Amino acid sequence: MEKRVTFRGWALPLLLIAPQVLISAVFFFYPAGQAIWQSFFIPDPFGLTSQFVGLGNFEFLLGDKFYRASFLTTAVFSILVTLCSMIPALFLAVMADRLIKGSGVYRTLLIWPYAVAPAVAGVLWLFMFNTRVGVISWYLGKLGYDWNHVLNGGEAMGLVVVASAWGRISYNFLFFFAALQAVPRSVIEAAAIDGARFWRRFWTIVLPLLSPTTFFLLVVNIVYAFFETFGVIHTITAGGPQQSTTVLVYKVFSDGFVGQDLGSSSAQSVVLLIVVGLLTVIQFKFIEKRVHY
Amino acid sequence: MAREIQGMVEKRGAGLWLTHVFMILGVLVIFFPIWLAFVASTVTQADIVRPPMPVWPGDQFWINYKNALFSGINVPVATMLFNSLVMAIGIAVGKIVISLLSAFAIVYFRFPGRNVFFWMIFLTLMLPVEVRIVPTFEVVAGFGMLNSYSGLIFPLIASATATFLFRQFFLTIPDELAEAARVDGARPMRFFWDIVVPMSRTNIAALFVILFIYGWNQYLWPLLITTDPEMNTIVMGIKQMFPTGDDFAHWPTIMATSILAMIPPVIVVVGMQRLFIRGLVDSEK
Repeated sequence: MEKRVTFRGWALPLLLIAPQVLISAVFFFYPAGQAIWQSFFIPDPFGLTSQFVGLGNFEFLLGDKFYRASFLTTAVFSILVTLCSMIPALFLAVMADRLIKGSGVYRTLLIWPYAVAPAVAGVLWLFMFNTRVGVISWYLGKLGYDWNHVLNGGEAMGLVVVASAWGRISYNFLFFFAALQAVPRSVIEAAAIDGARFWRRFWTIVLPLLSPTTFFLLVVNIVYAFFETFGVIHTITAGGPQQSTTVLVYKVFSDGFVGQDLGSSSAQSVVLLIVVGLLTVIQFKFIEKRVHY
Repeated sequence: MAREIQGMVEKRGAGLWLTHVFMILGVLVIFFPIWLAFVASTVTQADIVRPPMPVWPGDQFWINYKNALFSGINVPVATMLFNSLVMAIGIAVGKIVISLLSAFAIVYFRFPGRNVFFWMIFLTLMLPVEVRIVPTFEVVAGFGMLNSYSGLIFPLIASATATFLFRQFFLTIPDELAEAARVDGARPMRFFWDIVVPMSRTNIAALFVILFIYGWNQYLWPLLITTDPEMNTIVMGIKQMFPTGDDFAHWPTIMATSILAMIPPVIVVVGMQRLFIRGLVDSEK
């Protein structure tokens, strides 16, 4: 889409666009280019020279069992976070939608956690499940279950999933609720006259009508789980135990900054870049046309 | 008739109560972690290290919060709050200003290289800072911007979401307005200030809410570039309050800090709920 009416001149628009182009070039294109460039080299231990290795870093990554494990961890983590944040949100949104009065109050109460930073959410959940002072771990202990996410990889994963999904419930709730409110009343009423009960109407009419929103949220939540949960993982488990919660973004950080392995870290950045690219394509291809509010 | 159908669709009686019960349960479960953090911020360390901790607030509220705000553990929390505020406002204002200008240029002018710039900006949509973290760090270090506000702010405003939003909105502004402005001999910047910016008021406000929270909640970037505790932001500073090794963390101070870290974004979200929801829907679309 283009404007018919435009202003003349070219110096002014170039001046107007300059700040953004400059900032993008310095803090985006140059670093992104560097990441791609460095992924073809291995620097020597003193960082003085680098040796060109072609796709060597990538070959090494694919052969590295820790990296492959991190891929699997990321997949499990993202799917769990997406499910744990979408299903409760949908349930609450359906409940709120049934209310004629008061749904606004519940909405106000439910959007709170969205404002809580992932890293802070991590601290809150860590506190509840802390092995020495945590309330929930203490009660679990009373029930005979010995909770220890510091040693048990499965429990560590469970904890970071719940802490990451928690704030997202608010976000998904808002979108589901808005979508539910947009479902035409007349359709629902027609089904009701035909004798369809609530859950039948939900499965056969409401849920299909929600599918654009659901699909949109699916992609957005996966992107969130990939890229925005670093704070949760860093505060709760720092990727452990035995790398059982080291997702891809965490590994870029730990290899690049803690391990100082720049070649590998850059190659990992490039892999993530491809992943982001794919997700963006999916998002644009399927969502642009189909989601309307 | 209408009433009867409504009766079939909306629940009454027992079903209505059950719905309320579910909603209240949901709210309680979601609130529980925040409640517990608040309780922990009002009791003594001794109350916490002997589990189970109390579930009702104690009487240490003022002491704990005063202690956190003015002494903290590494650095007073008041300092971190100030840093977060500067960073969040800097990101929100910076991004809005550069995006308004560049969207205006792209929509209202035909100039050489317009398409190239457009695609250049479009590409930045795709790559979160987490992915290009190592080289971005090197750039910022090269400029000597470690431990500075500009280092905290600039790399995070290099993204195109806001530009796209404004572009979409400007395209809906009727052409007649620009035409009238041109006939009246108004210069482009005059049109920008008198027509475009006032018309974008709501979009600007909605975007401000979203970007403020985005900036406030940043974790990885401040963690990397603020090595000086004086420059820590509150969200990343909480983790720095945990002792290394086996010592007990000072939970009342940490939890008071967590609560303080939540208050500004929660005020923004709840207080500007309408704008927030609008911003959320707009920026994700």
